[in-house]
Amino acid sequence: MVDLVIDGKNIQAKKGKTLLTVARENGIEIPTLCSHESVENSGACRLCVVEITKGERKKIVTSCLYTVEDGLVVDTKSERVLKVRRFVMQLLMAKCPTSDVVRDLAAKMGIAPEPRFKPNEDGKKCIFCRLCVKVCEEVVGVSALGFFSRGVDKGMGTPYREPSSVCIGCGSCAYICPTQQIVMSSTEDTRSICGKTFKMKACSVCGRYFAPEDQLAFISEKTGVSLEALSVCSSCR
Amino acid sequence: MSKINTLEALNKAAKKGQDALFPAKKIRIAVGMATNSIAAGARSVYEALAEELKNRNLKFELTQTGSMGFDSMEPLVDFVVPNKPRLSFGKATVEKVPVLLDQVVNLNLDTEQPFYRVDEQENILSGEKTKYIKGRIPKAFSGIPLMEDIPFYKKQVKIVTRNCGIINPGSMEEYIARGGYFALYKALTEMSPDQVIDEVIASGLRGRGGGGFPTGLKWRSCRDAKGSVKYVICNGDEGDPGAYMDRSVMEGDPHSVIEGMIIGAYAIGAKQGYIYVRNEYPLAVANLTKAIEQAKKAGLLGKNIFNSGFAFDIKINKGAGAFVCGESTALVASLEGKAGEPKAKYTHMVEHGLWDRPTNINNVETWNNVPVVIARGGGWFAQIGTKTSSGTKVFSLVGKVNNIGLVEVPMGTTIKEIVYDVGGGIAQGKTFKAVQTGGPSGGCIPGSLIDLPVGFDELGKAGSMMGSGGMIVMDNTTCMVDIAKYFVNFLAKESCGKCTPCREGIRRMRDILEDICAGKGQEGDIDLLKDMSDAMIDGSLCALGGSAPNPVLSTLRYFQEEYEAHIRDKKCAAGVCKALIKFRVVEDKCNGCGKCRKVCPTRAAKGLRKEVHEIDQALCIQCRACYEVCAFNAIIIE
Repeated sequence: MVDLVIDGKNIQAKKGKTLLTVARENGIEIPTLCSHESVENSGACRLCVVEITKGERKKIVTSCLYTVEDGLVVDTKSERVLKVRRFVMQLLMAKCPTSDVVRDLAAKMGIAPEPRFKPNEDGKKCIFCRLCVKVCEEVVGVSALGFFSRGVDKGMGTPYREPSSVCIGCGSCAYICPTQQIVMSSTEDTRSICGKTFKMKACSVCGRYFAPEDQLAFISEKTGVSLEALSVCSSCR
Repeated sequence: MSKINTLEALNKAAKKGQDALFPAKKIRIAVGMATNSIAAGARSVYEALAEELKNRNLKFELTQTGSMGFDSMEPLVDFVVPNKPRLSFGKATVEKVPVLLDQVVNLNLDTEQPFYRVDEQENILSGEKTKYIKGRIPKAFSGIPLMEDIPFYKKQVKIVTRNCGIINPGSMEEYIARGGYFALYKALTEMSPDQVIDEVIASGLRGRGGGGFPTGLKWRSCRDAKGSVKYVICNGDEGDPGAYMDRSVMEGDPHSVIEGMIIGAYAIGAKQGYIYVRNEYPLAVANLTKAIEQAKKAGLLGKNIFNSGFAFDIKINKGAGAFVCGESTALVASLEGKAGEPKAKYTHMVEHGLWDRPTNINNVETWNNVPVVIARGGGWFAQIGTKTSSGTKVFSLVGKVNNIGLVEVPMGTTIKEIVYDVGGGIAQGKTFKAVQTGGPSGGCIPGSLIDLPVGFDELGKAGSMMGSGGMIVMDNTTCMVDIAKYFVNFLAKESCGKCTPCREGIRRMRDILEDICAGKGQEGDIDLLKDMSDAMIDGSLCALGGSAPNPVLSTLRYFQEEYEAHIRDKKCAAGVCKALIKFRVVEDKCNGCGKCRKVCPTRAAKGLRKEVHEIDQALCIQCRACYEVCAFNAIIIE
């Protein structure tokens, strides 16, 4: 266990935990758009920055990556911290003016758009939080999504923007996407996501379409459970 | 190549190399063939020499070297006539080849004056000098200036570039003749790893990639880090626009980088090394590949080097040319086969680096300095340069300066000396305005600080940085807002795009700078740029984002009035920003020669022959063609 101070509050925390986790456990709210319990943190959005004091030195660090240390003094709402957060939110508002999530978070934080940043008109809502890419890689294990190019041209999607050959249609990316940039649409027996349409499997008991056939085949291959056993929906199991 | 595992074998190879460099019988012709030389036409000169030698049945030794650094005089061809001073001819052309050969054969130098002569050559690693001349200097040679008297070379001290332009980079013997691999022999047979590190600490050598971290301390941390598998990496991902120091070293003296790495690996306890070099440097890749093969064959890489029991190997990894891959965590990610994106640095590379193992990364120039430190001792090295920045620094001196090229000066040399003495002053008689150092993440040093000595701390205090050594000289026709825009635009494309402040922030900064240059700047833009810079410095994930506002901040610090003139008065005093300038004919200077009319692509320059011309502002696209062509200074920029 280590002793530290966050926003003037004396806190004991388990070694190895991040500042973000410990702050939240103690009722201190830190905004973030790219941290999710299912995947490793990347530190990409920069909203969760906090200011730490170590001896004489003050420093801005990423709370979702920085782990607790004995004697650390943390300020989650210092002037420098708020300046970074305001800048990040104004940049995201200009990048994704149609995103309710970004707009609502900014409103909650009391941040208005910077009039000098001309809002993008491409209608996209992706804030490059990386959650879709990470969940596809770390949780699903197929890496159907990734990044391409860099700088202002950086993009997210399937390789060459073509329907992915490895995507199983599980929808994890759509579920985890905080801004609804990735959309999944369904008919009774199909599901479309990331430019690809999947045939759904009907439950062998109740007949309800419940999962993409590709996903069931993938699970069967990974777990060794027979396709037959997997063709029963969770309600009938 | 026979094995070099003893001092005797090393001496034997040195003798062979020395005989090639200082031939006793055959005339040696060496053509500088680094990328910058080839761009100036060196390859065709080399081929013409080969052809002419064949036609005349002359049995001379024709060889290739790296670059001597003087780009404005390339291609440079050196002739070593046995027992005579080495002669260097500048701006060689295919047409001059027969004359050059005639002159050397007849020892008559009347037609093509050599650029300079070299009477003796110092070996930096041993401190010894070898004379080219035996007996008296022939009369024909005595009037030729010595290399050390040429202003471009006079203040230079060539330690890093000790072999560039002198040895054939493909000849390991020539490298050894210049003292190469003797430092490695000394380290492996006479010194413990700790003694090697102590020597590097004593030298005061600081990382030449830009950070300026003390090299010896980094090595010690890596040596002390837990783990049996450790790595050393050479960062050859030089990506600053206009900078080519590392390229020249890798091309012209590849063995020096390899030797430095072996010594470092021995000190740290690493068995595997990687050279990360961008694929846009094909000649560097080829020369390094060849040098590694030679070192392996000679037993200088592999198992039991110099019978010391120490084993080490090097692999080359070619990068795809992303600027951000020069950042250590992005470089390691790229080496691991992942996208070149940086990570937050809360763990240290020396503990958790490549494949999570302790890793020591140094830049090309740092590695190249290592054999010198070991051969001459840390104390000798520390006395060169300043107290806090020892040794020399290679700069690529480019821009509006007369002598363009690669220059190596002791730390502490002033900007004035570099620009005026080495660089020969500002081109076309214009006035010095600023010098940009440190690449896109660096900054501009104004003319008022011309007496600033170059060193890590001095440049940092002035709001710029040493970086890897780019030095772009600017004159009064350079617009500082335009320069800031150029570098910010470069960074907008080269940001890895992982974190919001860098990816989106630089882009917005670029938009505002573009507006200012286009006459659409708004009141409050300067404060906004400063605010954005603060947030980017604090909020970015890595050093690229953290230093990205530097071009804006340093130009604002010294040239804020130029920004204000652009925004408020819609004026660009340097006459660069097209939307803010007008070309006008001065009536009493124009004699109606019609040159402007002929070059104008949009027929904006109008007038009858021998009558005063005028420029139709509605048609003018500010291409400057009329301005450049007018012989009577009758066209002015307003």
